[in-house]
Amino acid sequence: MRTLSFLLQKEFKQIFRDPAILRLIFIMPIIQLLLLPWAADYEIKNIDVAIVDLDRSVYSQRLIDKIQYSSYFKLQVFELSYKDAMAYIEDETVDLILEIPKDFERDLTREDASTVFIAVNAINGTMGNLGAAYAGQIIRRLNQNIRMEWFQMPRFSPIKQISVTERHWFNPTMNYQVFMVPGILAILLTMVGGFLTSLNIVKEKEIGTIEQINVTPIKKHHFILGKLIPFWVLGLFMLTIGLIISFIAYGIIPAGSILMLYGFSALYLLAVMGLGLFISTITETQQQALLVSFFFMLIAILLSGLYTPIDSMPRWAQWIAMGNPVTYMVEVMRMLVLKGSASYHVYFHMGVVFIFALILNSLAVWNYRKSS
Amino acid sequence: MNSTEPVIIAKDLTKKFGSFTAVDQISFEVQRGEIFGFLGANGAGKTTAMRMLSGLSIPTSGEATVAGYDVYHQQNQIKANIGYMSQKFSLYEDLTVRENIWFYGGIYGIPKKELKQKIDALLHELAMTEEANTFVRALPLGWRQKLAFSIAIIHQPGIVFLDEPTGGVDPITRRQFWEMIYNTAKSGITIFVTTHYMDEAEYCDRVSIMVDGRIEALDKPSILKKKYNASSMDDVFVQLARGAKRGNS
Amino acid sequence: MLFGMPIVWIILFGFALTTEVKESKIAVLDHSKDEMTQQLLQQIEASKYFMIDRLIDSPSEIESALEGRRIKMVMILPKDFQYQLNHQNTTQIELITDATDPNLANTVVNYANQIIRDFQERNYPQQELPMTINIESRMLYNPQLVGAYMFVPGVIALILMLICTMMTSVALVREKELGTMEVILVSPLKKIMFIVSKAIPYLFLSLIIVAMILSLSYFVLDVPIKGSLIFLFLESALFIFTCLSLGLLISSVTNSQQVAMLISLMALMLPTIMLSGFMFPIENMPRLLQVISNVVPARWFFTIIKSIMIKGMGIADLLKETAILIGFTIVLMAISIGKFKERLA
Repeated sequence: MRTLSFLLQKEFKQIFRDPAILRLIFIMPIIQLLLLPWAADYEIKNIDVAIVDLDRSVYSQRLIDKIQYSSYFKLQVFELSYKDAMAYIEDETVDLILEIPKDFERDLTREDASTVFIAVNAINGTMGNLGAAYAGQIIRRLNQNIRMEWFQMPRFSPIKQISVTERHWFNPTMNYQVFMVPGILAILLTMVGGFLTSLNIVKEKEIGTIEQINVTPIKKHHFILGKLIPFWVLGLFMLTIGLIISFIAYGIIPAGSILMLYGFSALYLLAVMGLGLFISTITETQQQALLVSFFFMLIAILLSGLYTPIDSMPRWAQWIAMGNPVTYMVEVMRMLVLKGSASYHVYFHMGVVFIFALILNSLAVWNYRKSS
Repeated sequence: MNSTEPVIIAKDLTKKFGSFTAVDQISFEVQRGEIFGFLGANGAGKTTAMRMLSGLSIPTSGEATVAGYDVYHQQNQIKANIGYMSQKFSLYEDLTVRENIWFYGGIYGIPKKELKQKIDALLHELAMTEEANTFVRALPLGWRQKLAFSIAIIHQPGIVFLDEPTGGVDPITRRQFWEMIYNTAKSGITIFVTTHYMDEAEYCDRVSIMVDGRIEALDKPSILKKKYNASSMDDVFVQLARGAKRGNS
Repeated sequence: MLFGMPIVWIILFGFALTTEVKESKIAVLDHSKDEMTQQLLQQIEASKYFMIDRLIDSPSEIESALEGRRIKMVMILPKDFQYQLNHQNTTQIELITDATDPNLANTVVNYANQIIRDFQERNYPQQELPMTINIESRMLYNPQLVGAYMFVPGVIALILMLICTMMTSVALVREKELGTMEVILVSPLKKIMFIVSKAIPYLFLSLIIVAMILSLSYFVLDVPIKGSLIFLFLESALFIFTCLSLGLLISSVTNSQQVAMLISLMALMLPTIMLSGFMFPIENMPRLLQVISNVVPARWFFTIIKSIMIKGMGIADLLKETAILIGFTIVLMAISIGKFKERLA
């Protein structure tokens, strides 16, 4: 116990004297939490549109007006031909072309039907699809209005129609920042836990102080605890800072149990630190440790469901995601902070992360040999 | 353990790494209060031997006891009863002098009150009271050396192992360092020191010279010089090392 | 290791990253359980967008369904679904989404709407209202709406950026640590020559990495390379040069290898992912971030590589982006050389 307290004193002193670590733990999360969530915005708005109006009628103008006044779209260009408009798609000045053919109005009133053409840049498939869908919505609504001006619509709908209403829970303002913040918090926790722990231990290996420790009566588990505890404390501290910033900058208040949140985070940190420890036992230099950690970290971050949904991944990738502790942290963060999910939903995650922590830390301790 | 028994006993101690035999059946005894020098070229096996004796490495075969404890099964007891100073001095550069002493003293179980006193006494002895709050990385090499040595013996161990303690330091500082070693030995602490500086061999009570993993000579420096008709230990070594396959000196 | 990493990354990310909706799990509360609803549910199940995870029996279960980790949307089918449609010509389906991911929620609702409309068409074909505006839409460049078209070029830019910058910065700092840098710098060798001579082997290595990644993208991930391959390599070489100069700059501000690495990886990673445009559309970002993204070299390279691969564009169309990358390289080099001169002064 006593040995541990001396070890911890030394560790904390060293951590606070290391400028790189300080910057990582304090400045980096703050900056990233403040800036990055604003980047994450898939909302359909301000799509640049090119209009090719070959009809120039009252109705075509109405359609153009509707598009113009919608927040989804921004009129940029008026062209005389589809081909000319395409040039703007190619240099990405516009992302959507609406072509209203000649005799649009006449066909509509006399032939009962006419057609408009939408071409949308679908390299980003999801956005393209949504953009076209919203344009479609606007057109259909205008269509209905025109019909009602011409016909007395009967009380009963003459055709069979299924209407669909939608409600959005947990995030009624459809705010993207709110969605990203917990995820970014999870990433930051991971970086402190996994990265820094492994770096720290390997640094001792490199300098040689580890050998000095090996000769002393310090036991294996003391040494490891001495390395884990400070970063564990710092990790939880960072979580607190993160939550405070989330509140101040984004107005996010955890809707679920905060106790559960800290409890899970504490367990999660143990798991990532176990990973960091393990990496430190198999690498000799800080460089190697960094490289290996980073290799896994990028995978862990991108395959965690933070940016893209796990459901959309191929089966084998989903398995990888299920074996990725970050996935669980991100989900728990979102569930507890955003959805206010009842705590029992998180039991599964706790169980998984507990097993992770157990396996990883055991592996690390087993691997860490003081005497060769 | 009574005071007439040797503090270190090694019999046929061997360490192999795969097919490479680093230490080949060495046998010797070290008496209490002795300054025992372990000489040899780089790669001769000195460091490996010392690591086995300090509980850092398990021998492949042979026997050894340190301070009465067995190197195979009682490594923790060995560690608690020895001091150790390694080549890189292993002080924490980002801690102050005082903090380093505090840390190691605490690790070796010195009670806090006593530790505070010891720190002040030590700083005074080393004439480093002014530098108590200086970071170790700002200290000149010679000072670090002395500090590391003092820390190695802060808990009054029976034996202290010094692994190439004078590397990279000028001769005057080396001389001063050896004075510290003398004083320590006089107080009853056994010194086990490895070095590849042959002139330091003269300072030891007894010296063993390792070549290719085996002990080729073991005696007082004066006797060895007579035996090999050499004017200096350097000469002795050159004669012994002529047939050596490993290392350079 | 240096080659293995990008290969594993491109395969993993190329296949796994997409914002497309596939097999999204939904729950259904079916108050009718009649022939029609069964039919509708079958169609939903059959679509690649959705997977019916479970059927719930009462509205009280909706909350816990959405609070959990799996269900992204609950579809509520009202009582007497078939009867209402047949006799009152109208009925209402309610969709409730887990909108923590607003994008997913919107997309999922969109697809659900599509399926319901199709269902309606199939059961009551050729219902025509007077005065109908028909809509024909065309998805340009990516008719299958494949996510990889967006993500693979993005991941390529990301990987190149990280690996090249890190490689150079660490290698150069190592030279500093070893002291060999000093030796060279005091020699009469012109700084530029020194830098160039250091850069060439890394350029070469990186081009090999590019070749590997591109072949994997083309053959394994089915991402087209519509434009000129030579042009693609030339632009990649340019971007590699930019990354090398960035690595150079990093190496000039630190003397420790691990700090060099830390900066190259940690400091660059998140901004490159989030601001280069492949993950999130730049036009949606607030002004400040748009400005910052202009300074992220990967952003420009991403446009270039995307345009060449997916749109098949040539040098004439990419003049602006190419010029910007050249500009970056020159500026970064100039600053680094300036810093080296400082060291010697």
